[in-house]
Amino acid sequence: MTESRGRREFMQLLGLGGVVFASGLAGSCTNILRKGGAQEDDFFFVQLSDSHWGFKGPPNPEAANTLRQAVAAVNALPATPDFVVFTGDLTHTTDDEAERRKRMREFKAIVADLKVPLQYYMPGEHDASLDQGKAYQENFGATHYSFDHKGIHFAVLDNVSDPAAALGDDQIDWLLADLKPLRPEAPIVVFTHRPLFDLAPAWDWATKDGSKAIDLLQHWKNVTVFYGHIHQEHHFKTGEIAHHAATSLVFPLPAPMSKPKRAPVPWDPAHPRRGLGFREISVDESRLVLKLKQDSLENLAAVQTGAYETGF
Amino acid sequence: MRWMFALLLAAAVSKENVIQVTAERFKFTPAVIQLKVGEPVVLELTSLDRKHGFQVPDLKIDETIEPGKVTRVRIVPDKAATYDFHCSVFCGSGHEEMAGQIVVSP
Repeated sequence: MTESRGRREFMQLLGLGGVVFASGLAGSCTNILRKGGAQEDDFFFVQLSDSHWGFKGPPNPEAANTLRQAVAAVNALPATPDFVVFTGDLTHTTDDEAERRKRMREFKAIVADLKVPLQYYMPGEHDASLDQGKAYQENFGATHYSFDHKGIHFAVLDNVSDPAAALGDDQIDWLLADLKPLRPEAPIVVFTHRPLFDLAPAWDWATKDGSKAIDLLQHWKNVTVFYGHIHQEHHFKTGEIAHHAATSLVFPLPAPMSKPKRAPVPWDPAHPRRGLGFREISVDESRLVLKLKQDSLENLAAVQTGAYETGF
Repeated sequence: MRWMFALLLAAAVSKENVIQVTAERFKFTPAVIQLKVGEPVVLELTSLDRKHGFQVPDLKIDETIEPGKVTRVRIVPDKAATYDFHCSVFCGSGHEEMAGQIVVSP
């Protein structure tokens, strides 16, 4: 079912730590990427993930700062993205229902400073699993939905409101009904929190019935999935579907199964924001080529002075 | 004949070792379950607080543990190996550390 590709096969390191990952929505169109000169029909959006607002602990003693720094960094981009999407774990979990809602209100107050008017949200297990998404829905609305933007169909899937990490048959049925009107070659982007494929089940990095969603998505030719949860970049393919994991805004986690435990990478006071960042995804006029650029919060000073290189 | 078979089956089952495993936020007790190759065992999983999960990906085991109920998992170790298990039902801050190992020795 799966086809792995090494990151180095695709990646080109740019200045200031920015990394570009060029990927066709169909997985094989990188040869038609343009190296520069944005056209009017091009657009880009930003993926942020796993801010875990409310987290306190040694893995990031400065956790109260990084979400604001990310907002400032997005606002400082040379161009304004069409939209931003947060792929879950907006807040860190708490048993206290009042505290959970307080963290969500605080999160909303911080991201209200984003200069990007169009914003999309989805829950992670830290936001939704203890109350099946109740507080999340009160604050952010539906946990799964879809929208169209400039010729691309976007579907947001919820694999966290069920604490057992399942989408559930109802949502699978909804996805089928949502995609059914689309032509086979329609460009489709899926946002989800957990990986849909079995990245590392022993670390809970999987979706119990994710294979059902993947089997369904395989009927369309141009599908890309962006997700969070694992606090690091990761690129993988299941058939023709590309899956791209995002870095977090709180602390990095080790590469899948590379350590005995999935404990956070120890905080380095010399590099307090190492491994933290967000992603720009640019879309060319064909709507079939995505270009991914990783922005590190470690380069925040460069962002603030404007010495920042974009990948498109 | 059927009655005889049932008795034999019951006798066979009764000879199997039973290991009690409790789950609570955010640990399993015992966290390391020692087994021996060729000796079948039944794990009796119970929760001391809330719903948890017991997943052993390499053995294709994925069970939920409901409070007030006993979840039984039969394992027949066929080789010496170590298998990781973890809670597969998100249970709060610390869920990520709720894990253990099944160690099968020769």
